[in-house]
Parts: sequence; structure tokens; C-alpha cells
Amino acid sequence: MKLKKLILAAVGMAVGITGLTVAEPVQADEQYMPLLVYRSGPYAPGGIPYANGLVDYFKYVNAQGGVNGVKLTWEECDTGYNTARGVECYERIKIKDGKKGAVVMPLSTGITYALIERAAKDGIVIHSMGYGRTAASDGTVFPLVFTAPATYWSQATAITKYIGSEVGGMDKLKGKKISLVYHDSAYGKEPINTFIALSKKYGFKFTKHPVAHPGLEQKATWLTIGRKIRPDYVVMWGWGVMNSTAIKEAAAVKFPMDRFIGNWWAASENDTRPPGKASIGYKAASFYVPGNFTKLHADILKGLYGGDKAAALKNNWGEVLYNRGMVNGAIIIEAMKVAQKKFGNRSVNGTEIAYGFENMDMTEERFAELGMKDFMKSIKLSCADHEGTSPLIITQWDGNTWKPVSDWIMPDHAMVRPMYKEAAMKYAKEKGITPRKCM
Amino acid sequence: MFYREAGQFKTNYAKDQGIFPILQDRIWIYFVLVVAFVIIPVFGTDYFLGSIMLPFLVLSLAAIGLNILTGYAGQLSLGTGGFMACGAFAAYKLSTGFPDMNIIIVFLLSGGITAFVGVMFGIPSLRIKGFYLAVATLAAQFFLLWLFNRVPWFTNYSDSGVISAPPRAIFGDFFITGPDATHLSKYLFVVTFVILFALAAKNITRSGTGRNWMAIRDMDIAAEIIGIRAMQTKLSAFAVSSFYCGVAGALWAFLYSGSVEPLSFDVNRSFQILFMIIIGGLGSIMGSFLGAAFIMVLPILISSLPGMLGLSIPVDVISHVEFMIMGALIIFFLIVEPHGLARLWTVAKEKLRLWPFPH
Repeated sequence: MKLKKLILAAVGMAVGITGLTVAEPVQADEQYMPLLVYRSGPYAPGGIPYANGLVDYFKYVNAQGGVNGVKLTWEECDTGYNTARGVECYERIKIKDGKKGAVVMPLSTGITYALIERAAKDGIVIHSMGYGRTAASDGTVFPLVFTAPATYWSQATAITKYIGSEVGGMDKLKGKKISLVYHDSAYGKEPINTFIALSKKYGFKFTKHPVAHPGLEQKATWLTIGRKIRPDYVVMWGWGVMNSTAIKEAAAVKFPMDRFIGNWWAASENDTRPPGKASIGYKAASFYVPGNFTKLHADILKGLYGGDKAAALKNNWGEVLYNRGMVNGAIIIEAMKVAQKKFGNRSVNGTEIAYGFENMDMTEERFAELGMKDFMKSIKLSCADHEGTSPLIITQWDGNTWKPVSDWIMPDHAMVRPMYKEAAMKYAKEKGITPRKCM
Repeated sequence: MFYREAGQFKTNYAKDQGIFPILQDRIWIYFVLVVAFVIIPVFGTDYFLGSIMLPFLVLSLAAIGLNILTGYAGQLSLGTGGFMACGAFAAYKLSTGFPDMNIIIVFLLSGGITAFVGVMFGIPSLRIKGFYLAVATLAAQFFLLWLFNRVPWFTNYSDSGVISAPPRAIFGDFFITGPDATHLSKYLFVVTFVILFALAAKNITRSGTGRNWMAIRDMDIAAEIIGIRAMQTKLSAFAVSSFYCGVAGALWAFLYSGSVEPLSFDVNRSFQILFMIIIGGLGSIMGSFLGAAFIMVLPILISSLPGMLGLSIPVDVISHVEFMIMGALIIFFLIVEPHGLARLWTVAKEKLRLWPFPH
């Protein structure tokens, strides 16, 4: 009996400590956001900062009085980066208290693939920011999917351009060897065909090396790379614990870190801190400048944390993935504002926010207005182009922080856009979709 | 008092050998059917139909498949995920290669293809037993997934190795896959399919084939001595089991998630199904359903409970609490009833027969 009481008390306390609050009743006009996050499971270290950044931005917007007076509400569901669970989560939270979400961020390429059809039917926009199905950038076949500011394929071309500039010109790539280490899932496989096309175009030799989920076992991969193939550059499409493992293994075979370039999901503090000194010099792509130097960061620190930097840092404030969540929030709110200009200052639905995305024109000045000066370049979308033409940047880990080491690099859109079109048309044919006309 | 066969006389052999010889059982089954075909479709929300019932039924089918192999024929297998993937990819290739073929035929054919693959991987079972066989079937799991990952032909040269179901109707406008399919039509299709297959499985296990399986399971040498051919029996168990798993995989890919990558059939899926039949009850069709409900539905219930009660607990806490409760429940049930939930059901029935006057 004593034990029973003790357990009950312990459970009670645990629930009490973790902040038990009763949900507030929904008020008149609010914009509901279903949030698919992952704060548990093997990929949680990447999922938590992202979710924190996103939620902090929403809180910040609400503290500023909402989006033209419309307050944001949201509900989280933990997918654990598991596709089947993600689908269940989406179905569970897409509608809450009779309010349907307008936009959903699946936060996983696998989940994005599974949701594209469902969300299209539900009239909910998918914003897969820098992940997901690349071909979905074609707005004629996928009217409700947005991949802005850049896709994996664009990213692959930008990284290749950077490598070209490092070796002294794109023509010098001929005969060089570039290897891709990738997470063996839909996510990791996305850029392969682009790299194959690039290798044909520039004449470099391309090899690919899959790493099985979750990626803790890479010894054989890196022995092959480091001892046998000896590539000039290694590019990595990794996620979660795979990244830091790869850096450690690369260091073990003495692969030079400054010729090891991750994509933007292999670009955070989580990846470079665990290997310690070994990761100094490791590079990664990004679509914004890392750091917590912007006015928005200061405002969030002041407004949400009362200036308590320690508390903010504990909540991942200013980390690379926190910033990504924050930018994701900012882009969505911007789309909502554009939509409100046309449809009135009220909550918007999926097709209305899709209008907002398509007519979005975020310039450097606009980013500065939003408190993100010198943080991101630009996003401009259209009815047919759901990716936009944002330049990317290469960052480098100096042992302490991420620093930009390149100029803004424009991806080779001329090369990848026909590939989008081809893949989108193939999808349309398989699904029996007639592409819509764009002016 | 209520559950007693006194006064129910069987006047011919057919009646005596019926699946449900007791009237009360039959009433119960009719009630379940009414719930499945009338009450759930009428009152179930889209979320309930599409995200709880659909995966539950599909995984039940896979569990029945594995139960035939492991529970009835005694061949431990860890290749369920691989066989499900085989069914899913076979269905994809068939339905994209022959767009005019009826989707039901596609599912059955993909089951047939998987049955063939299953037999191939079942051959080692003639030589190796127990845990060694589990390792051999694990090879099937990894080989099949590797195959679908590496050979782009299986995904119709998709960039990311993801297959997605083309829209298909059973007849006319009754779409069961693709964006036009409603959760209701998908549910009705799957529930019919699964009930028919469960009935078939129940009958196979009661037939001569099923008895041979059980003889091999209980003691293979003794079974051979009384004239049961080990090779045919084991391979038929592999074939039937893989057929079920293959169909379940195709249903999962086409009706539940709509698009899958090989990763969704990884070894964790095999373990999930194996846990379902261990928790549900080895050698019991009913147990396959109970196990699937326990392993698949219960975690969702736990994680959505705080939301239903109007409490806002952070999602990471919910996820971790969910893992802890599930772990504790699995240990609890394995200690209380090592023969699975189906055994609890049988015990309850026995008790009920004597109630209210147990001796």
C-alpha cells in the first residue's frame, strides 16, 4: 500500500513538474498550426532545436499582437521521425476544435512523401523547407507543396559550384573524385541523380556510399573512402547521430575536414560538438548565415526569455537548427501576411496561404524589416516555381561556432529545373493528374 | 449461466465441426461483424477509420501470416518486414505495369509472388531449426530490402526510392487507392479483405494441412515417423505465411500510407509483428488481432490521451511516458500470461462456463 501511494505521488509530481496546464478555450479568430515535431527517438537532438525555434517564433509573433491581429495557436504531435507515425499524427492534429490547419511542415522527407497526396486532398499546404520531394517544386503539378528556399538538387549543384571554386574553376573538376555519403532513406537518395548528372557535365568521378539507419556503423564506409577511393571531396547527406559518427570516422582515416562538406541537415552544433577537435574545419551548406546576431534573436531573447541568456541557450536559442525553425516560422507568417493582403486580416485556409506563398517576395530589405538583416538573401516564388531562386552559403565549424566561409552561391537552376519538370510530369502521369496552367 | 452449451444439440458432423460450435460464440461473432461493417463505418471519424482501424487491420493480417509460420508451424521467422516489402513492391510493379488489372487481382498476385519468395527462403528451414532459422530468415529481411533499395527497376527509377500507389478503383468510381479514395471505402475494403483472410486462415489451421503444421511444430521427428512430410509441410507454411505477409505489405503501401520507402519495412517492422504474435498468442488467429491492437493501437491511445482529456503535457514527455508504459505492460502481460492475450480470453471463457457456481 505504501509503495502504491509512493508511486502515485511520484507520478503526480512528474506530471506537475512537466508543466501541467489545462488547454485554453479557443477564441474567435485564430490561425491554427498543426506541428509535426520529433522530440523523442534517435533524431530528437535535431528535432528539438528546430521545434523550439519554430514555436519561439510563433510565441514572438503572438507577443507582437499576432499576424495583423490574428493570434496563432498550435498543437504538437511527436512523430519520432517515423513515417507511419507521422501519417497518424497528421491525421490526428490536422483539425483541432473544428479549425483546420492551413499549412503543415512534415519535418522529414519520408513523411513529406506520404503526406503530399493526403494534404492535397485536405487542401492543406505542405511547406517542406529544404527537404522533401524535390519534384514538388513544380507548382503546376503540386499546387499545394512548397520547397522554398531551396531543394536538395539545387543544394547539390551549389555544393559542386563551391568545390569548383575551391579547385580553381569548374573546368578543373575534370578527373577529380567526389564521394557522397548518404542516409539510406528517401532523404539521402534524393541528390544522387543530380550528382550523377553533375559528374557527367563536369567530368568528375562520383561514388556513393549508403549508411544504414541510424548510422552508427560507418567503419567500412570510411575505410573504403579513406583508403581505397581517396576522393578529393566528400559530400554528406546525413541526419542525426550519423553526422557526428561520420566526422569521427573521417578523422580516423585522416580525411581532411575542410574537404568534407555536409548538406544543411549535417550542419549543426549537434554534429560537430560530439567529435570534439576532430570536427574543426568541417564544412556544411546553409541557406542562412549561422549565429545569433540578428535583431530578431535579440527581440526573442528579450521578449520570451526576459533577457535570460542561459535559459535561452538551454532552449537552443541561436543554434543552427533553432534558426531554421525560426526562419521556417518567418516564411510561413510572411505567406500568411501576403494572403491577408488579398483576403482580409483574418485567419486563412490552405488555398489562401498557397496564394500567399506564390506571391511572396522576400527581399533582403524585407528580411531586414523582419529583424533578420544580413541573415538570409531572398525568396521569390511564383505559380509555377515553388522553390524560388535563393542563393546558398557554405559555412565552416571553427571548433566553437559556425562561420560563413563563402559568398552567396546561386544554385544551377538552369540545370535542375528541367529535371524537376521531368520528374513532376512522370508523377502526374502515374497519378493521372492534369497539370494546371500557370500564367 | 449465460455461456453454456447445454441444450445445444449437434445433429450432424458438419455442425459438430463448425468453427464456433457454441451458439453464444456465434452471437458474439455476429455482433463483431455488425460492429465492423455497420457501427464503425457509420460512427467512426475519418481519423479513427484511416489512422487507427486501417493500420490495425493490415498489421493484424501480417500477424496472422507470421502466426501461421511461427505459431502453427513452429518456424521462427524474422523476415516478415522483408516479405511485406516484397508484397508492396510486387503490387507496385504489377499495378504500374498493367494499369488495367483489377487492384484485387494485383493484391492477390503480389501475395502469390511473395509466397514464391517465401518458399525460396524457407528451404533452409529443412536443415536448420529454432534460433538458427531466425537468423536465416533475418537474411531474407536484409536481402529483400537491399534488393529494393539497390535495384531502381523496382521503384520505376524513382529519384528517392519511394513508391507511391497509383489511383485504382475496384469497380467504376469506387476508388480504394489514390487521392479520390475516402477513408471509408478504404476501411470497408480492408475489413472485408482481412475478415475473409482470417476466416480462410482459421479454416486452413483446422484442416489436414494445419494439423500437419502443428505436428511438425510440436515434434518434427515424431511427425515424420507418423508419415508427415517435413519438406512439404514446412514449405507450405512458408508459402501461406508469406502470402499473407505479402498481401499485408501491399495493403500497407497502397491503402494506409499511400507511399512507402523500403525503410518502412525494416527489421523493426519484423520485430513489431513478432511481438504482436508473442503478446497476442502464438497459434491463435484471434491472438493476432489482439496482439496487433496491443502493439499498434495502444501506443497511439496513450499518446493521444492527454490531448483528449484537455491536458497539455509537452509531447516529448508524452512520448517517453508512452515508451515506459508500453514496456511495463509488455513485461506485465508476459509474466501474468506467457501464452498471450488469446490465452487470457480462453481462460475467461472457461471461467464463464462455470460461473456463477465454480467448483
